Amino acid sequence: MEIQWLEDVDDALQRAKKLKNPLLLDFTAAPM
Amino acid sequence: MYPDPKVTEFIVMNFIPVRLHVKKHPEAMERFAVQWTPTVLLLDSDGHERHRIEGYLPVDEFLVQLNIGLAHAAFRTNKFEDAERRYRAIVEKFPNTEAAAEAQYWAGVSKYKASNDASALKQTAQAFKERYSDSSWAKKASVWA
Repeated sequence: MEIQWLEDVDDALQRAKKLKNPLLLDFTAAPM
Repeated sequence: MYPDPKVTEFIVMNFIPVRLHVKKHPEAMERFAVQWTPTVLLLDSDGHERHRIEGYLPVDEFLVQLNIGLAHAAFRTNKFEDAERRYRAIVEKFPNTEAAAEAQYWAGVSKYKASNDASALKQTAQAFKERYSDSSWAKKASVWA
């Protein structure tokens, strides 16, 4: 299982509202 | 944390995950008032911040913080029975983490908010005499005894 990370916050917020799911925002300085 | 299968599964099952690199997304840092990494924000489906995790945590402590975030989200949206269930599950599943005492406190508050029965607070104060008595949450609950 892998995490399918999104990078567009506004797109993620729209998805969250539509799916009624919470969001996890990970702010990192590590190489991606 | 993320290569850990327990963390990965929990995130996949419970959240829409967004990863933002500080150099690539400085505007997001400003938008969410993030000044340090790693920082993890848990937002409800309406985009309201419900929990903030700053700094690295080992796997179990990180998992418990994700659970606390979901419990807080239920509490802040007045789903007190759901919140109590989530807080009590944290105490049961992660009894030796720092957040367990916090969860015990909020479980009592959630029960009170759901029932309006002040005995829920008294029972919580009593529970702190038996467990997590050295925690700051025990001090907060002491006024209910």
